Amino acid sequence: MSNAVISRLRAVFALPNDDPRKTLAVAVALCLACSVVVSATAVTLRPLQERNAALELRREVVKVAGLDDPGVSLEQAFEQIETVLVDLDTGELIDGGAAATYSYREAAQDPAQSLALGYDPGGIRRRPNRMPVYLVREDGALQTIVLPVYGQGLWSTMHGLLALAPDGRTAKGLTFYEQRETAGLGSEVASPKWLGQWPGKTVIGPDGEPVIEVVKGSVDPSAPNAEYKVDGLSGATLTSNGVESLMDFWLGEQGYGPFLARLDELGR
Amino acid sequence: MNGTDTKLLVEPIVDNNPITLQILGICSALAVTTKLGPAITMSIALTAVIVGASVIISLIREHMPSSIRIIIQMTIIASLVIVVDQVLQAFAYELSKQLSVFVGLIITNCIVLGRAEAFASKNPPWPSFLDALGHGLGYSAILITVAAIRELLGSGTLLGVQVLPLLEDGGWYEPNGLMLLAPGAFFIIGLMIWAIRTWRPQQIEKPEYRIHIVHRTEAG
Repeated sequence: MSNAVISRLRAVFALPNDDPRKTLAVAVALCLACSVVVSATAVTLRPLQERNAALELRREVVKVAGLDDPGVSLEQAFEQIETVLVDLDTGELIDGGAAATYSYREAAQDPAQSLALGYDPGGIRRRPNRMPVYLVREDGALQTIVLPVYGQGLWSTMHGLLALAPDGRTAKGLTFYEQRETAGLGSEVASPKWLGQWPGKTVIGPDGEPVIEVVKGSVDPSAPNAEYKVDGLSGATLTSNGVESLMDFWLGEQGYGPFLARLDELGR
Repeated sequence: MNGTDTKLLVEPIVDNNPITLQILGICSALAVTTKLGPAITMSIALTAVIVGASVIISLIREHMPSSIRIIIQMTIIASLVIVVDQVLQAFAYELSKQLSVFVGLIITNCIVLGRAEAFASKNPPWPSFLDALGHGLGYSAILITVAAIRELLGSGTLLGVQVLPLLEDGGWYEPNGLMLLAPGAFFIIGLMIWAIRTWRPQQIEKPEYRIHIVHRTEAG
């Protein structure tokens, strides 16, 4: 039987190139061959890629928390950080929630573990019910809170980490470790120079609402409310807007708002 | 290797360079050349894709129906680009992040499709391999030269190592910010084309029209 199939295939491939049957056969064969090659590569390399991404995330958490020190290895530095899971609706910590292995990206895909959003400035469509949060303590007192944030830029979903002081209102740092914005323009969102203006900015106002703004051009440091504003990226208005929107979302009522409102309980 | 083979390999490096003579692939030449590291990775990625695509297309050229030949070539190139992108994400994570969308854009790089359509679909695998390698190297030569100039003058570094001590760190070099922007790359590529055409005058095209002075204006 297989010989019959092979001889049929031979006959099709022996047809002149312009014959529709041959055209169809070539197209199908090419698609099959290409899909096998692409999926084989993707499947065999995935474990390596995932390990890279996990290491990268740890490195970024350590860096944005200000714990990176050339003399300390990444593992040692990461050990000083406590990873907890937060229920975003109540703002409470979840006990025994396997925070170290939890993936908010997988949770966001799962209707049972996420919420479809009506108010969605960050363009993320579904918000996971739980998010991992990284806490740095010194002698028991909370020093830094690192919040994972993400939202839509111009081309891509930008994934970042926002470090806050224990007051829950003052930024200590920001980083975007995954973005595919326009290279040279929007991609400056991940540059140390642009991110360097975030430490010291006030991201949440006295009334508990997100106030941080990414403005066009540069911020006049003597202007009133300059502590609520950061310079926009020139030539990348949509990326800048994306950063402001994702801050609005994640620092607001549907994001970490309830958690940040209960921070006092954590300090004890 | 005989004379024709050598010519296939060497000609695209200067005499028929895809960037400076054919003026193709300019987009990526502007975008990835602010630093030497990404430019080298992009050069290797593009060379790998163009060589792979040309050899595969050359192998199946007898069976390519002419009505769908461009889409066949695009499919092969796109598959190879995805493979290269996955390999970079697995083995050179940092670089793959810096190159972000540009590896994906190799798919639309005119040099790759141009060689597939103009050469590989009409010639046997060995000449196609040499032709593709030559074009890959020609692209790489320009990318690496432009990136070296831009990184040196724009940041005072080469491959991230400080070569020219910057004023802000107590040195003497004031970095030229223009080099880090896209126009900087345009200027460098333009100057390179000028230099190459001075060295190889046969590359100068005949002017398509001449400006004649018909009459003097009153103001003139």
